Amino acid sequence: MKLLLSLPRRAAAKVVGLAISLLVHFLTAVRANWVGIEPVNRQRVYFANHVSNADMPMIWSCLPPNLRRNVRPVAAADYWLKNKLRAFVGPEVFNCVLVDRRPEARETGHDPMQNILDALDEGASLIIFPEGNRNMTDAPLLPFKAGLFNMGLARPDVDLVPTWIANVTDIMPKGEVIPLPLICTVTFGEPIHVADNEDKTAFLERASNALLALAPKEEKL
Amino acid sequence: MTPTTSEFLPIFFLVCGLMLSLTIFGEALRQRAGPDNPVVETFMTRVRSWWGMIVLFTLALIAGKVGMLVLFAFASFAALREFLTLTSKRQADHLSLALAFFVVLPLQYIFVGLGWQALYTVFVPVYAFLLLPIVSVLRGNSERFLVRVAETQWALMITVFCMSHVPALMTIQVEGHPTDRGILLIAFLIMVVQFGDLLDFFFGRRIGKTRIVEGISSKTWEGKMCSIMATAVIGGFLAWMTPFGIPAAMAMAALATTVGSFGSLVFAAIKRDRGVKDWSHLIPGQGGFLDQLDSVVFAAPIFYHVTTLIWT
Repeated sequence: MKLLLSLPRRAAAKVVGLAISLLVHFLTAVRANWVGIEPVNRQRVYFANHVSNADMPMIWSCLPPNLRRNVRPVAAADYWLKNKLRAFVGPEVFNCVLVDRRPEARETGHDPMQNILDALDEGASLIIFPEGNRNMTDAPLLPFKAGLFNMGLARPDVDLVPTWIANVTDIMPKGEVIPLPLICTVTFGEPIHVADNEDKTAFLERASNALLALAPKEEKL
Repeated sequence: MTPTTSEFLPIFFLVCGLMLSLTIFGEALRQRAGPDNPVVETFMTRVRSWWGMIVLFTLALIAGKVGMLVLFAFASFAALREFLTLTSKRQADHLSLALAFFVVLPLQYIFVGLGWQALYTVFVPVYAFLLLPIVSVLRGNSERFLVRVAETQWALMITVFCMSHVPALMTIQVEGHPTDRGILLIAFLIMVVQFGDLLDFFFGRRIGKTRIVEGISSKTWEGKMCSIMATAVIGGFLAWMTPFGIPAAMAMAALATTVGSFGSLVFAAIKRDRGVKDWSHLIPGQGGFLDQLDSVVFAAPIFYHVTTLIWT
């Protein structure tokens, strides 16, 4: 019965998801550039640079539907639970794994990493933004948080795939309301894993370099 | 069925027959050359995208004037998006670029649809040219300002202004020539330019020796000359679609394909400058809309103006 009642809501989530993906494709003609991996359904953690709120829908939309069904973006609970609409779009349309960034809001003794590991154990692929926050600086990347290292250490079989989103800053710079319909490219690089005896700092630097290597080289026109 | 539609039917069957033979010819080449011959594969992807274009064009033609306008407005949108992705811009240009996409482009096609010739022939080169830089400068960033506004204007001229002159052919009224035949004139222009491209490719492969511009394009003088002459002959056969008469139709076909194919050299230079092979990935195996329409876009305004100058 409960399953039956949730049906319209799940159908609505599917329709909204389709609409978002169509809108993203129409506006930005987003293109996936599979450099280091093939678009096959393997368990992966896509870690990407983060400059705008459009980043996550962009990666999500450019994945082929069979991969998209199995992918869960890791997102901030304080953002996605703020109002009813977000609480529908985040957890239900995108099927986000919610993580609370505010220690005071967590239950005592609950490690936010546990939600992520649970999702991995269920076989889901993840999208994460290891910089933690949107990058508002001129630097191409902020220093990575430890989360990516912890995932790689705890679940060493999962491929960690660097994912570079180009052009989003031009499509919707901070403070603008109208998105520009420019072509956006999402580049997927070669997967990396935490090596034996590799410490946190060394791994995070290697991950950061692997991501940066995918950025287009040319100077700003 | 209107007289124009019934006249279009034979050309539709002719084109479909021709495409069918090209497809079979390509498949035969593929059989002989093996599955991975790059020349054959290039040829086949071209043929496939022509099929797509013919289907879309026919649908728009059945839908009439509005269908034609919507088709080219969409092509303009896709081409403008490809172009502006590669140009210089700053956040200060955000509003003027948004205006280019969401105001200038639709207005231009509305003016064409309404047949306001006095407006659509100057809207982009005068109004957009003067007003968009003002919008940009009000946001106050002078870094590379001239380059930014010049590239934006070039993008608009090519992808909106020039492209809109293809449907604008519908509005030309030649005395003693039924007005609804304007749509056939569009078909004439697109066919001669596309045949010109195809023949250029074919002759260039066969007898091409002297490159026109070394380092930018593999087009050759021999291929170009042969294709222009062959296209003129095709134009003569298609003269019934136009108000021109046979000798003039041959001259107009030659003019359109000459301008168009040299125009595609200009696009090749821009792509080379920006370090890209294709404008985008939107037409599978083909690159972008601009890769496909570059010669038509270049030929359209000149074809339009010569027609109005001489025949109206």
